[in-house]
Amino acid sequence: MPVYFLEIIVVALGIIMLLVDAFVKLEDKRSIAWLGMMGLVVTFGLLFRVQWPESTESPFWDFYTTGDQMALYFKGIAILTTLGVLIMASDYSRIVVDQTAPPEKGAHPQSGLGEFFALPMFACAGLMLMSSANHLVSIFVALETVTIAFYVMVAYLRRNVGSLEAGVKYLILGALSTGFLVYGFAWLYGMTGSMQLDEITTALSGDNVNVAGSLFAFALILVALAFKVGGAPFHFWIPDVYQGAPTPITAFLSVGSKAAGFIVLLRLVDPFLSSGELVGKVILAVTVIAVITLIVGNLSALPQKNFKRLLAYSSVAHAGFLLMALACTPTTSQAGEFLSPAKVIAFYLGAYLLMTLLAFLVMTAVRVKMAGEELSSYRGLAKRSPFLAFAMIISMASLAGIPLTAGFFGKFFVFQLAVQQQQWFLLTVGLVGAGAGFYYYLKIAASMFLSEEDPKGDHSAIPVSSLSRIAMIVLIVLILIGGVNPSIIMGLLP
Amino acid sequence: MSIILEIIVFLPLIAAIAIGLGAPARFSALGTAAITLLLTLIVAVRFDTNVEGSFQFASSRTLLDMEGFPTLSLAFGIDGISLVLLLLATLVMLAAVLVSPQEREIKGSSKLYYLSLLLIGGGAIGAFTATDLFFLYAFHELALIPTFLMIGIFGHGENRVRTAWTITIYLGIGSLILLVGLIMAVFALGGSTFAIADLIALAKSPETGIATEQQTWIFAFLLVGFGILVSLFPFHSWAAPAYAEAPAPVAMLHAGVLKKFGLYGLIRIAMPLAPEGMAAWLNVILVLLLGNIIYIGLVTVAQKKLDRMLGYSSVMHMGYVFLGLAAMNQLGVSGAVLLMFAHGVSIALLFGLCGWIREKYNTVHFEELGGIASHLPKLGLLFAFAAFASAGLPGFANFAAEVSVFFGAFKDTAESLGWLQWTTIIALWGVVISAVYMLRAFRSLFMGPPMEKMASPDELTMKERLPHFLLLATLIAVGFVPELLNQFIRPAVEGLFLLTAG
Repeated sequence: MPVYFLEIIVVALGIIMLLVDAFVKLEDKRSIAWLGMMGLVVTFGLLFRVQWPESTESPFWDFYTTGDQMALYFKGIAILTTLGVLIMASDYSRIVVDQTAPPEKGAHPQSGLGEFFALPMFACAGLMLMSSANHLVSIFVALETVTIAFYVMVAYLRRNVGSLEAGVKYLILGALSTGFLVYGFAWLYGMTGSMQLDEITTALSGDNVNVAGSLFAFALILVALAFKVGGAPFHFWIPDVYQGAPTPITAFLSVGSKAAGFIVLLRLVDPFLSSGELVGKVILAVTVIAVITLIVGNLSALPQKNFKRLLAYSSVAHAGFLLMALACTPTTSQAGEFLSPAKVIAFYLGAYLLMTLLAFLVMTAVRVKMAGEELSSYRGLAKRSPFLAFAMIISMASLAGIPLTAGFFGKFFVFQLAVQQQQWFLLTVGLVGAGAGFYYYLKIAASMFLSEEDPKGDHSAIPVSSLSRIAMIVLIVLILIGGVNPSIIMGLLP
Repeated sequence: MSIILEIIVFLPLIAAIAIGLGAPARFSALGTAAITLLLTLIVAVRFDTNVEGSFQFASSRTLLDMEGFPTLSLAFGIDGISLVLLLLATLVMLAAVLVSPQEREIKGSSKLYYLSLLLIGGGAIGAFTATDLFFLYAFHELALIPTFLMIGIFGHGENRVRTAWTITIYLGIGSLILLVGLIMAVFALGGSTFAIADLIALAKSPETGIATEQQTWIFAFLLVGFGILVSLFPFHSWAAPAYAEAPAPVAMLHAGVLKKFGLYGLIRIAMPLAPEGMAAWLNVILVLLLGNIIYIGLVTVAQKKLDRMLGYSSVMHMGYVFLGLAAMNQLGVSGAVLLMFAHGVSIALLFGLCGWIREKYNTVHFEELGGIASHLPKLGLLFAFAAFASAGLPGFANFAAEVSVFFGAFKDTAESLGWLQWTTIIALWGVVISAVYMLRAFRSLFMGPPMEKMASPDELTMKERLPHFLLLATLIAVGFVPELLNQFIRPAVEGLFLLTAG
């Protein structure tokens, strides 16, 4: 099966879900989500049966990479993220129904829910296209497909001021970053005369490079992508948008959007790194952003009292570690001996997917029951729902990078790159960040296990749907296996 | 390929999972601890003491083998040094489970209590038997979160949550520093493998060994990293409050076993991989270890509560182990290994008794207790033995160990006394200090007239005596026949020197 069928299948699935919502009478609209999940599981299976084209004559292949295992890996991340988001969304549907307009007389009590399940599919298709995009145009189109779907999803709870505020913030800042990106693309085209990444690489590694112009293009692109992945100082939208968006969408933003941002970043930085004249300055710029991101993300996470904001800053911190890996790119002469940053970043994102989805699954269950996302909602969780507390502690241990979890290997690989490249300053900042991480992730463990429950509150167990329970168990097992044997993720990489 | 070590390592972890899923907590924990101790004894009996410097009962499964990253394998194996520590870990784990309260007496989840206990013990066992550097590090970290929860939930005193935070963050940061040191060492040696034996072989060969200047850096990271885990002065401030406020079984496991990991790491990793680094930092180590012995010794004397006093005394005794290592000869290092065992057993015994006293009298304050021996003579006798052992009286394992540490440190005297010898002379005063605080504690708790307001509990039951007898018997047996353990330690340490000297 040709590789681009995957995107087509996902888009078709999204359209079918919308049609089912419009034309089929359903008792419970959550069955639309189940339809989507089944479709995604099948699509994920098809990932392993992809055939690469024999001839790449067609102009299509200027826009789309071929023979690219890494792209498949990122497509897999997109599909799994969307699957997780749909599982959460179906648990979350009660809140979506509450927070959207009251139905008119005779309308379905769950009207408006269908789109909430269908939109992630379109975002997923965009993410998948992004991981194969090989041309400035296709990168831009894919990025905007994703972003526009997100604008709608973030502001979906239209009776909720927080959600609307988040939507507006995301729209304005997203538009701004798009502007930077396009301007950067224009400069890049002006400097190299091409929009195809391979040709740009050739042009930049030639002799007649306009250093100032190319660096300007790079700076604009870096700023725009730092917006997308949450690199400081362009991270200001993250806490507010994460807090306001519906919880499943926050998870989607935090995993899917970040992963896609990083693969675009990797692809766009690559031509600059192969240029002898630019590489030093490019690495310096990435290092500066990485240092600021690590410091800002980790230190701002420390005092947070709202769980979503805490995870928002933690996602900034993780972006910092990922940028740190990118900043430790070996020079071309060493490339064979060392792990490539691309591989490390891909691994890190895979582990990040597992642990973040797990955290958000638990968070969704707690949010639905407790109507709150403050850390205080988690007080005494260990007594009420030991399983949820256990799942959360595994997720937090992995995010903090405690050994025998997948998250540890992510940090290990990053630190290893820093030691090999002798980036001592960056390494020190990374260590301080990881040390701070111990504190803020354990803070969640502390509120679950060490604080007493609110005596007046409800002490009954928090219900978990069997689907999310299965998803949590799978994620826990994967995190622990990945912590002992990283080859379950590394084996998927080229 | 022998799987007995894998069974010993994974049994506690599997039991912990089983308890989490609903197996009877105390019963499973007790059974697991007994079986692991039994298996360890079988290993000890079948251990070949004629083999020098290689791992026995080895098993290895390659997990990750890719370009640009060292081969990662789940590998276990023991030499004499790790065998002794494995014995220590399984013995103390059994005692710790035995002194743990019955399920119904635990405030909070008894599942969590026993599960955490098994994870702490299992982590230590894994760390001592792993022959892959990565897993050696990783297993030690397994104890981090269970310790946090144990102290925070089941600990004593109002500050327990704060203490739980302190120890976790402190040890977490220590292990991050350690991690950097380990990564630096692995990649300075070519970054092709994590297998400890291969790394040592690379380090001793002049072509692939690490350059002196680099060794100095690496050793500095390793010293600080391991030093934090061992509570080396001035990185000790986490230890005493944590041990004082932890539940007795956790204090036993942590002070007795887990803390030895830092020392084990220095012997196993830091000294063989960076011997010149060690030489460069030797004088600094000597000063720091005097900080442990003399400064912390005096701090111990000033304590007014038994739990804190024991906590500080365990910090203090680490200084002797460092002295043995600093001697860098056969006698000193063997003494250090034996002392790790002896100290682990004796401090576990003392913390066990301290926990019993706290439970029955609701206080461990010296001023609120007195004359216990007059109505509980058996407890008094047990405590006296434990205190004498800890102070290093002849007839106990601690004495045999301390003597060989001191002789080792003094052995290579040339015509004049060097830094090491002067340090030894000053360190000898530590023995007096330990006698002072141990005897003072014994006098104020057990001698004199009983306090009026004091509770009067019954004597230890047979069940309660069992774990303490177990530990005390070990101390006496090894004290009278140090060869019991020295037969394992000697060839291993010789192997170590063959390796490092080569």
